[in-house]
Amino acid sequence: MKRFWKSGDPFIWLSGGALAFSLVMVAGLVILVLVNGLGSFWPSPIARLTLAGGKELMGQVGQREKIPQPGAPPGASERYRIQVRVGNRDLYGADFVWVEEANIVRRDFPAEAVLIERQEWGNLYGFIKEVRDGDRVVARGPVDGWKGLQASLPGATSTSKDIRRVEKKDIGAINYAQEQIRLRMKKLAMRDREGSPEMAQLQQELETLAAMYRVQEARLAELRQSSGRSLVVSAAGDKEKELSLAQIVRAYQPNAMGLWAKSGLYLSKIWEFVAGEPRESNTEGGVFPAIFGTVMMVFIMSLFVSPLGVLAAFYLREYAKQGAFVSTVRIAVNNLAGVPSIVFGVFGVGFFIYLVGGSIDRLFYPEVLPTPTFGTGGILWASLTLALLTVPVVIVATEEGLAAIPGGMREASLALGATKFETTWRVVLPAVMPSILTGLILAMARAAGEVAPLMITGVVKLAPSLPIDGFWPFLHLERKFMHLGFHIYDVGFQSPNVDAARPMVYTTALLLLLVVLVLNLTAILLRNMLRRKYVSSTF
Amino acid sequence: MATRAEMAVEEQRGEVSVRASGDNRRGYNRGVPGDSGVQGQAGEARTGMEPMIEIRKLNLKYGEKLALEDISLDILKHQVTAFIGPSGCGKSTLLRCLNRLNDLVDGVTITGTIRIGGIDINDPNLEITELRKRIGMVFQKSNPFPKTIYDNVAYGPRIQGLPRRSAMDEIVERSLKSAALWDEVRDRLQESALSLSGGQQQRLCIARAIAVEPDVLLMDEPCSALDPIATAKIEELIAQLKKQYTIVIVTHNMQQAARVSDYTAFLYLGALVEYDLTKQIFVNPSKKQTEDYITGRFG
Repeated sequence: MKRFWKSGDPFIWLSGGALAFSLVMVAGLVILVLVNGLGSFWPSPIARLTLAGGKELMGQVGQREKIPQPGAPPGASERYRIQVRVGNRDLYGADFVWVEEANIVRRDFPAEAVLIERQEWGNLYGFIKEVRDGDRVVARGPVDGWKGLQASLPGATSTSKDIRRVEKKDIGAINYAQEQIRLRMKKLAMRDREGSPEMAQLQQELETLAAMYRVQEARLAELRQSSGRSLVVSAAGDKEKELSLAQIVRAYQPNAMGLWAKSGLYLSKIWEFVAGEPRESNTEGGVFPAIFGTVMMVFIMSLFVSPLGVLAAFYLREYAKQGAFVSTVRIAVNNLAGVPSIVFGVFGVGFFIYLVGGSIDRLFYPEVLPTPTFGTGGILWASLTLALLTVPVVIVATEEGLAAIPGGMREASLALGATKFETTWRVVLPAVMPSILTGLILAMARAAGEVAPLMITGVVKLAPSLPIDGFWPFLHLERKFMHLGFHIYDVGFQSPNVDAARPMVYTTALLLLLVVLVLNLTAILLRNMLRRKYVSSTF
Repeated sequence: MATRAEMAVEEQRGEVSVRASGDNRRGYNRGVPGDSGVQGQAGEARTGMEPMIEIRKLNLKYGEKLALEDISLDILKHQVTAFIGPSGCGKSTLLRCLNRLNDLVDGVTITGTIRIGGIDINDPNLEITELRKRIGMVFQKSNPFPKTIYDNVAYGPRIQGLPRRSAMDEIVERSLKSAALWDEVRDRLQESALSLSGGQQQRLCIARAIAVEPDVLLMDEPCSALDPIATAKIEELIAQLKKQYTIVIVTHNMQQAARVSDYTAFLYLGALVEYDLTKQIFVNPSKKQTEDYITGRFG
């Protein structure tokens, strides 16, 4: 027995087992996210269920679970129920219903059943009754109606795209310009220059803009007029729904689709998710603004955290006299990494938003007050808060890198007549670069996944515009933004339609994982490039 | 003034003898200033020889601990001088006094004077970087910068503000040739210096040190981490370099000291025991202690 212990085999098994256990846990998490996330885009068939009472239901079958029967005699047969996504929220009130399996008399999959994804009210399940153009019926019945829909849908979609472009881009630009002029007028008024020629000129410009606005509005009305086609769908339960084609995001007949068609649809849905805007209070559509916000926030944070952390580490390791005080500072920095992130958030609100942001507003944007510009949460303040949160990571990594540089390297530089600064700048900094990047990688991973401090420093459920756009000064650091981590929390726990939003939790989590992975890989590649340039000593 | 050739002849005849003299407080002889102004070396043949480095009554303390005690000696121009002695005797410390690298260590106090080329190096008005530009140093463990081979050699000239690219290419080539490394690296100047072998790295460090054309080259056990073949190359190189530079070498290896140096100083417990022609030290040491160390009876 003693020999067995001394041989060291148990320790190998123990350490190997610990590693395997950790790997299984992590892999399990990733697989859970992958299956639930990627599976949700697959167009599952539409089932028509006939219940015992003659009632009909149509929708996509989801999970199946055992009905708990407390107090039932042992040996009683087990009963199961299934969750059906029946959609048609405007008709039925709820997206999902539970059906007991024993009540189902018949279950079939009609080929003509259509699934229509709408801009509003979620999915619509049913059969096409007719396609109309105003009051005129263009096509009738499930088969002809489907053909008619296919023929007129592309036009309607492009029209609705045009409408959205006019609304957002053209009219948005005019609104923005009007707002700017109003602010300038307000500024002039504050300086008691009400009657000045500048004021008159601004007034003039405002009128020009108003004229432009009227032109765009007329265009919009015309576009709306042209998209007059509508679709009538008969849904289960003897209901009917008429909807404008412009409302339709996409329509398909999953029961009639082959594998290729389904795969195509799958990819297009993934693309919509990654590149599209959210709809229906984030439960549908895409998460592009959240991806953009996350990445941009991480970049701004890196911009602040790297110089700050690196300079602090250089002072601690290269210049400060090593002693009790420096050791205390080092311990304090390490402990800072353990402070709950929400505390950093509170500090961000108190210091950055109220103090710094409020002062900026009073100094530079008095004409907008009491509406705050910088005195409210924004991407800049969120990034700064996270920079503060992650600065210990960068300091520790850089310091360790500095400590690992052989002293001989510094001496060699000094012996060549370099000053301490030249040595630091030209020898030490390049040598410590890989360590700095390691610290930055850790900081970015931490920041990308952080949610709590962001909730109070600038993240919102739905941001009207991205922090970068075509209006001067292009980069709007004071704007609120969306974030993948917060998006997960929002769709998972704040959504009005939890069941419909559940797949979004997984897909968004998957996307956040991917974003962190891509950011890290970029930094790792950069680091390895630097390392390859300076292969470690062969001796 | 005697030419170098004449001196060499004199040395061969064994007429040149270097005798340490001075107080015997601790029972050791030291090189001590004499009236002639050429310390540590008596004898007429020395008078014409130009000292490059003059060390006078040098004391060095690490905190309270006396590491070097009352060292006085002259190091001659274009000669190789070796410092030998057991570990901890202060030979590296003495070497690092010469380019004031000990300044980096906390709690070091130095008294006494060191003149290099007639300039007091501890003069507070002296720019320390100017001093170090004139004194190259090669360390025990090769320490190339994590840069390319080219940038390693060009580092010193660049620090001194030499901007021209073509001039830099010349300097790099000349330095690498002087360090007998050019043929091995001429095609891979832009590769990392850390990809070289240990012996090559050490020669690169020599090339880097001589790229700024210093007056003195300090070598702190330059071969202690190298195999015999690489060591032989470095020793050959030292013989070449002494034509242009005054070389001071610290070594643990007595055979090496005997092979490469013209003069040898034996230090023990922070004091200079004996300083003489290498031949004299190894063939006929005047101190019992030196003889004991050289013959391996202690140390």
